[in-house]
Amino acid sequence: MGAETFTLAGELLTAFRCWEELSCFGVRKHENHVHDKLVSLSLLQKDFVPFLLNFLREQTSQILTNGPSTPAKTPNSKAHRSQRTGPERRAGHATSSRVQLFTQRTLVTTCTTDISFSPAAASSSSSSFSGSNLSSPCGDCPSVASSSSPSFGYSPVLNHGEKRSSQKASLGSFLTATPEALPARRGRKKGSVSASGRQVARDLGRSLADEEDGKHDGVSWSGGRRKRSEVPLVSARSPPSQLNLNNLEEFPPMGAASGWTNKSKPSRRINPTPVSAERPLSKPKMCFTSTPVSQSPAARFSSRSSLEAFTAVQEGNLMSVKSNSLQEEREMLKKERCKLLHQASSPSGISPDPGTPTKPSYTRSASLPAESHLVTCANPAKVSCKKQLECLAQLYSSCIAENLVPNIFLELFFVLQLLTSKGTSTAEDGDSDLEIDERSTDASERQHFRSVHNCVYFAVQVLGYQYEILSRLEKGMLKLLAENERIASFSPTLHERLRQAYESSTAKVSLLLPCSVQSVSFQPETDNRSNFPSDRAFHIFKKQRDIFYELLREWEDNHEKTGWDFERVLGSKIRAMMAHLSATCNHSHFARLFQKQLIQMCKGPIGGGASLGDTPDQDVLNMLGSDNLSRLKRLQERFVVPQSIRGPCPPPSFPGCQQFFRDFILSAGSYQFNQHLMDSLCLQILELDGLTLVEHEHSDGEADMDEQDEKKRFTVVLLSLRLLAKFLGFLVFLPYRTVEQPTRDLQDSAVALRNQTLPVLDVLKLLRQSIRDQRSILTIPWIVEYLSLVDYIAPFLDYYRKVFCLLLQVYRLMVLSEDKEMSFLNKLLILAVLGWLFQVPSVPEELFFTTDARQEGFMVDTVTSAQALDSVPLVDQQLLYTCCPYLGELRKLLASFVAGSGAKNGGFIRKITPTAAESLAPKASVTQRKLQVELEQAFFHNQPPSLRRTVEFVAERVGSNCVKHIKATLVAELVQRAEGMLQEKVKEEDANHDKLLEEVCAHLYEEGAQALIKGREFCKKKGPEAVRVLLPEETSAAVLSSAEDIAVELATEKACGWLSANIAALIKREVKATFNRMLKVPGPPLPGEDALELRRDCPPGCQHCAPFPSQIINEIKDVLCVAVGPRDKGEVVDCVWLECLLGRLSQTLQCRKFMCPTSEQQLAKCTVELASLLVSDRVPLSLRVKSAEKSSEMLRVKYNPTYGLLKLLLSVWKEDFGTPVPVQLIFSTKNMGYFAEVKQREWDLFLFMLHGLVEHKLMRTSEIESCLHGLEELPWPLEFLKELEMLSRVFLSEHQREEPRTNPCELTRQSPGTVTAQS
Amino acid sequence: SQSQSTLLSIFSQEYQKQIKRTHAKHHTAEAIETYYQRYLNGVMKNAAAPVLLELANEVDFAPSLMARIVLERFLQEKEQALPSKTLINSMLRDPSQIPDGVLANQVYQCTVNDCCYGPLVDCIKHAIGHEHEVLLREMLLEKNLSFIAEDQLRAKGYDKTPDFILEVPVAVEGHIIHWIESKASFGDESSHQAYLQDQFWSYWNRY
Repeated sequence: MGAETFTLAGELLTAFRCWEELSCFGVRKHENHVHDKLVSLSLLQKDFVPFLLNFLREQTSQILTNGPSTPAKTPNSKAHRSQRTGPERRAGHATSSRVQLFTQRTLVTTCTTDISFSPAAASSSSSSFSGSNLSSPCGDCPSVASSSSPSFGYSPVLNHGEKRSSQKASLGSFLTATPEALPARRGRKKGSVSASGRQVARDLGRSLADEEDGKHDGVSWSGGRRKRSEVPLVSARSPPSQLNLNNLEEFPPMGAASGWTNKSKPSRRINPTPVSAERPLSKPKMCFTSTPVSQSPAARFSSRSSLEAFTAVQEGNLMSVKSNSLQEEREMLKKERCKLLHQASSPSGISPDPGTPTKPSYTRSASLPAESHLVTCANPAKVSCKKQLECLAQLYSSCIAENLVPNIFLELFFVLQLLTSKGTSTAEDGDSDLEIDERSTDASERQHFRSVHNCVYFAVQVLGYQYEILSRLEKGMLKLLAENERIASFSPTLHERLRQAYESSTAKVSLLLPCSVQSVSFQPETDNRSNFPSDRAFHIFKKQRDIFYELLREWEDNHEKTGWDFERVLGSKIRAMMAHLSATCNHSHFARLFQKQLIQMCKGPIGGGASLGDTPDQDVLNMLGSDNLSRLKRLQERFVVPQSIRGPCPPPSFPGCQQFFRDFILSAGSYQFNQHLMDSLCLQILELDGLTLVEHEHSDGEADMDEQDEKKRFTVVLLSLRLLAKFLGFLVFLPYRTVEQPTRDLQDSAVALRNQTLPVLDVLKLLRQSIRDQRSILTIPWIVEYLSLVDYIAPFLDYYRKVFCLLLQVYRLMVLSEDKEMSFLNKLLILAVLGWLFQVPSVPEELFFTTDARQEGFMVDTVTSAQALDSVPLVDQQLLYTCCPYLGELRKLLASFVAGSGAKNGGFIRKITPTAAESLAPKASVTQRKLQVELEQAFFHNQPPSLRRTVEFVAERVGSNCVKHIKATLVAELVQRAEGMLQEKVKEEDANHDKLLEEVCAHLYEEGAQALIKGREFCKKKGPEAVRVLLPEETSAAVLSSAEDIAVELATEKACGWLSANIAALIKREVKATFNRMLKVPGPPLPGEDALELRRDCPPGCQHCAPFPSQIINEIKDVLCVAVGPRDKGEVVDCVWLECLLGRLSQTLQCRKFMCPTSEQQLAKCTVELASLLVSDRVPLSLRVKSAEKSSEMLRVKYNPTYGLLKLLLSVWKEDFGTPVPVQLIFSTKNMGYFAEVKQREWDLFLFMLHGLVEHKLMRTSEIESCLHGLEELPWPLEFLKELEMLSRVFLSEHQREEPRTNPCELTRQSPGTVTAQS
Repeated sequence: SQSQSTLLSIFSQEYQKQIKRTHAKHHTAEAIETYYQRYLNGVMKNAAAPVLLELANEVDFAPSLMARIVLERFLQEKEQALPSKTLINSMLRDPSQIPDGVLANQVYQCTVNDCCYGPLVDCIKHAIGHEHEVLLREMLLEKNLSFIAEDQLRAKGYDKTPDFILEVPVAVEGHIIHWIESKASFGDESSHQAYLQDQFWSYWNRY
């Protein structure tokens, strides 16, 4: 046992420590010489971490398998294996969370690491450490790998297992042998470690910037990729051929690197594989998935292929190592490790209890009663291999703390899985286990995690180290942690801390946002007619808007119904709409509408409300509110149903309403639309990304309020950006999307092709900028969203590779701690989203561990700009969980452990009202007069920032108002004048309209120049007023006046700038519009309309209590009905009532309030008809004596009430109507027909009517004459015709005779007699 | 205890629904021919009798619409071509333009006696609508609610306009009100549905 225990893993750890030391050294020296070492070390680090992670996963796989509660926790090894074999696996499992498996690669590299790092061995091999060497094991290994496992590709398990076991053994032995190996420094002491870490990375970045160029990255990444995409078998057969010789150029030959203190000979490489073939407790090798894991592709590959994956770095060593016997290497390692062990100090720094990490928990646990109520009792007393576990926990925690793991939360999830693991049965007796383990030749084969007790112990240890992160999680999570019995029994101190954290936490989080689906409002500036090229386009867009919302509503109502298919139901409608868009080139309008609606509906955390509660995340968080029973029930169901836990790394999705928009885009399939939408999205993203969101110096009083506002605004902007970026990413990568990963060949050609095209949005530039300006907290989250939708090829493009590298660097350097540069939660958000990104299916797995973060020199020189955001604590838990709903998985996991007790978890749900994004006033452009500008800047510099904001705001608003004011006054006036001029000229000559327009406009332009003067005046007047109102009362007079002046100046600049450029065009446009309107309305206003104008208003003192026009029309209609018939026998119209009706008609006409033109015209027409019917004696009037007596007028007119009514009508026509009354209708064929039908024709009534018309100036004599003549042309009965002729003669003679007379009454009284006599 | 106008409105809507249902059956070529022949025969017997009106009542169809059918048929025969809609409408509005005096009388009788269709009724409806808009405006003013009216909106270039857009939205029984459209008719399910389709969604889509 002795010899074997000193194996690779142990060396690994020491190496790791060594690296730490070196990095410190590097920091201290901070000189060029160190760089090479650091480089190599960083590569070592790269290899170590995946190994460790894999080791842990594998070790625990069994325990997790045994616990059947949630599949997430217990990856079934068989299932995994089978899944892993096919390449399609990846795509197929895209929905489940993925864990990357770093198997083979890890293994290989590990060996290298060990050797190179052993300080003693150092002497010879400076070369081995130069860049490429580190990974060389692959070079070493090929022989081994190929010989031992030729069939690797198809039976990965076996080979794998063997190799694995050796690896494991090494780590295990290390653990047993060297519990105290960890030096104190390794701890989570933030200060020293993190700082040094960051420093190192920076140094690395700098130092490598020179020697590295594009080639290198290309090799490393694509190399890894390539291997994966190929069928493992093939690659396994010819591993060496895959190696890229170019790498040798890029990585200097071994001797090249200098300054390496601990040199090791290349020959010292150890190939770990053959160490032990037996593996008694072998488990499924690949199971390091902590989550339900769709397996990471890497796992599929045989060890061999993974070796190749090892990229350029490793190849350098190829030749050097092969010869060495493993035995030799082992010996070396052992020695090295021994040395290290002796040097190492006790691990006090890491554990909360510095003295002896194992003891406290031991004693504590002993005192506790066994918790029989747990699903399976985890008993602290039964923990075996404590020291090893503690070591591992320390090591593991350090990796997490230093961001060496690809996804912090994935690891936490894994730890929580361990904490909540349930299966134990197989390894119930810890002691015997331990013995067995110790007896085994390879320590790593010992199953440190075979019992629940061990798992829990380990988990609690790790959680202890990660307390700081845990304490920042949301309250519900803290509660679950604080209430967790296992934590309580294994570490009362941690339990206590968590309890306190829970009690002091205010971080309640709810993802339940009230969804207010609202439409996008119509904005005349962008949406009215003048924004469209033609009327047609405008009207079509009007329809399209409605169609769009119709589709949206249909989707909202139906999409959750089973069997409802987006494409089937809406697809053709959408495409029809697209066709219309294309026909009228309305894409940009529609894209804007689409985008606005998108933001409006999906700003919320889960993409709007449509499917609120549908995503499991949602439900679990709903648990916070136990008030909703049904939800709670559903929730519990979820816990029973295994699939609900999706793991902390779900692939990108379009939840809720976003789905609609995605499907819309897909169904539309319109290139034009997509392009316009991308344009629109890019612009919006750039705008939002550039917003100044925070003021840095708050004057005391307003600080709180400002901060609150800033946070809110930040949240809104960030969420909008993420949404927009996601859709932009979706669109940008849409054409390249493939279901499966392309093969290597396809990939190469695709890369070659696509490297030529420019990115739609320069995210790299934006990312760099944001880092420089310390605004990464705003920019990174959305860039992550954007990148999460990359296709399989994109990450290999030069451009995006740079982006990923930069992000990786950011990730590595962002050590979690509270510091001045960035607040803890800000970092946590960035880490969470980046961690998630690295797990996205289309992001290559190799990325995290193999990519040199060096290519993209990290910009250390940040600029302290006024726009910096990173240092401001903008992120709270709500935002964190909103952006990363998958963090809720941690909580879910814990909650499911407490199964059944979910109801206990009370709390309340905080509703968040989404606020509309307010765009900030863009800064006024300050370009003129440099000195003046500088003076102004100096002025603002010493004032609170709100002053500047105020001034700029005022300037912007006043400037804008000024333009509006000018439009409404001066321009309107000019246009009016132009209208007059045009009217005259149009009448004069039927000249060319365009020319006319030109002339008139030219005339007006000169006067348009006044706009500038008036604008200046306006700004001068309004600016100071606004500034005065907005600035604090206490502002000193001098400051105030300066502020006013600046505001006025800026406003004037803005307004006059616009006016001088646009006034002529504006005038022309307006005049033209008016002119067109004028031409459309035929003819100039009639003189009669003047009179009409006069009647527009009610008479003074009108109470508006006249009957409604509609009522009068209705009543007249009734009369007409009776008159026209058919009518019942004896049905009559009461004469007085009719008279009264006419009286009311008069009132109604006088009160203009409720009158509208159509009503009035109808009234006019109806009354004329009524008059005709009256004259024709068609109205069966009932004459009541009483009323007859009353009406003296009637008596006068021969007792025939008709005269009275006609008189009334005439007077109403004359006095009360505003519109011309179509009295000529009296002479229509139809109406004369009525008259003709009457047996006993009352010609005097008719004549009375004619005279009345003339007297009331309703018709002229000549007009009546021509009407009568016209009538005579028609085929009337002969008798009637005769009478008509006579009548017309009488009328004419009388009228001509009486014309000069002024008393109409006389005439009317006279005439009837004569006519009757004649008839 | 509903007002008469409410009842009338309900009646009118129900009647219109019924007419809509039977509309097609009165517009088959055979039906049209039958009606026209019956009209000709009836008029031949007695030109003064309310032939068309009775015919309409007999077949349970709106008199104005019956008048339109016959008029169309009449003009078709006379002009040897389908008359334009505008011409027909204009003749219905003013039967004096109808070249045949008898038919003019018949048509006029129909339009006047129709309670739910025809130019006169349309005008009354329009008038009522307008009056209610005015009333609504009054109320808004009374309540001191600032609004933009339809004509102002049109002047600004809005494409679809409700009667009023509230410049400052108000809450009514917990609902936020952005705009108001006065319909001046009874709001039953189906008419609301129709309006929703034609107008309200368009408004919602915008405001």
